[in-house]
Amino acid sequence: MNQWAFVAAAYALALLATATVIVLSWRAMREAEGQAEDRPRP
Amino acid sequence: MHRFANPARFLKIARPLTGWLFWPGLSLILAGCFCGLFVTPADYLQGETVRILYIHVPAAWLGMAGWSGIAVAALMQLVWRHPLASIAGRALAAPGALFTAICLATGSIWGRPTWGTWWEWDGRMTSMLVLLFLYLGYIALANASARQGQGGVSAVTAIFGLVGAINIPIINRSVVWWNSLHQGPSITLRGSSIDGSLLWPLGLTFLGFSLLFGAIVLMRMRTLLARNKIEARMQRLARG
Repeated sequence: MNQWAFVAAAYALALLATATVIVLSWRAMREAEGQAEDRPRP
Repeated sequence: MHRFANPARFLKIARPLTGWLFWPGLSLILAGCFCGLFVTPADYLQGETVRILYIHVPAAWLGMAGWSGIAVAALMQLVWRHPLASIAGRALAAPGALFTAICLATGSIWGRPTWGTWWEWDGRMTSMLVLLFLYLGYIALANASARQGQGGVSAVTAIFGLVGAINIPIINRSVVWWNSLHQGPSITLRGSSIDGSLLWPLGLTFLGFSLLFGAIVLMRMRTLLARNKIEARMQRLARG
């Protein structure tokens, strides 16, 4: 049993999942803040 | 805390703080992972798989810390009616669920070569799985209350967050109360049973993931506040 394969899988999964949530949160924030600032006031 | 009840005052601090937490957090994670993978020695018994420690432990901590934060936010929402508390509770849920899932997945990957099984229904693993289900329930309730026109979470969702906190001490004490495949507490107030040569990168990833978690929560709070602003403007426009 190659132990490094388990280590690599654990790190890849954790770092990819973290990166995904960062990107999604960042994009949602930029989009929402952009819309909140751009929309003309009534 | 009520000084930050004004969203404008909160955002004035949250905007620069997001970057101040994000970049040092990311740097510490990358440094900790590099050292954990390539600098520290393999464990005499577990071999190379011990390196999973550096991501598994911070994920477990953040899964539990996230729900503790939800419970504190729920208390502030229900008792003191703090206007940002429900926003904070909602912002904590998704990253908390993510790190709980990462903890379960990395634990399972660690368990296969170490224990010979991917999963065991013992106290620690089951209570952590319950935490993930609690997060999913909280997110569903929070989304349902948001659809009813609230930016944060409803009182029912806050009560759910408060009651769900019962699971946190159960997770913490599970390895003491019940026989478990999972090892007992390795790091306590009295010290650590992990050798110093293996332990030090854990400090880097622990702090790094904690800072990054804070940055993600701030991003999500800023998103919710901006959406509230848009919603309020749309309602004013609709009323003419």
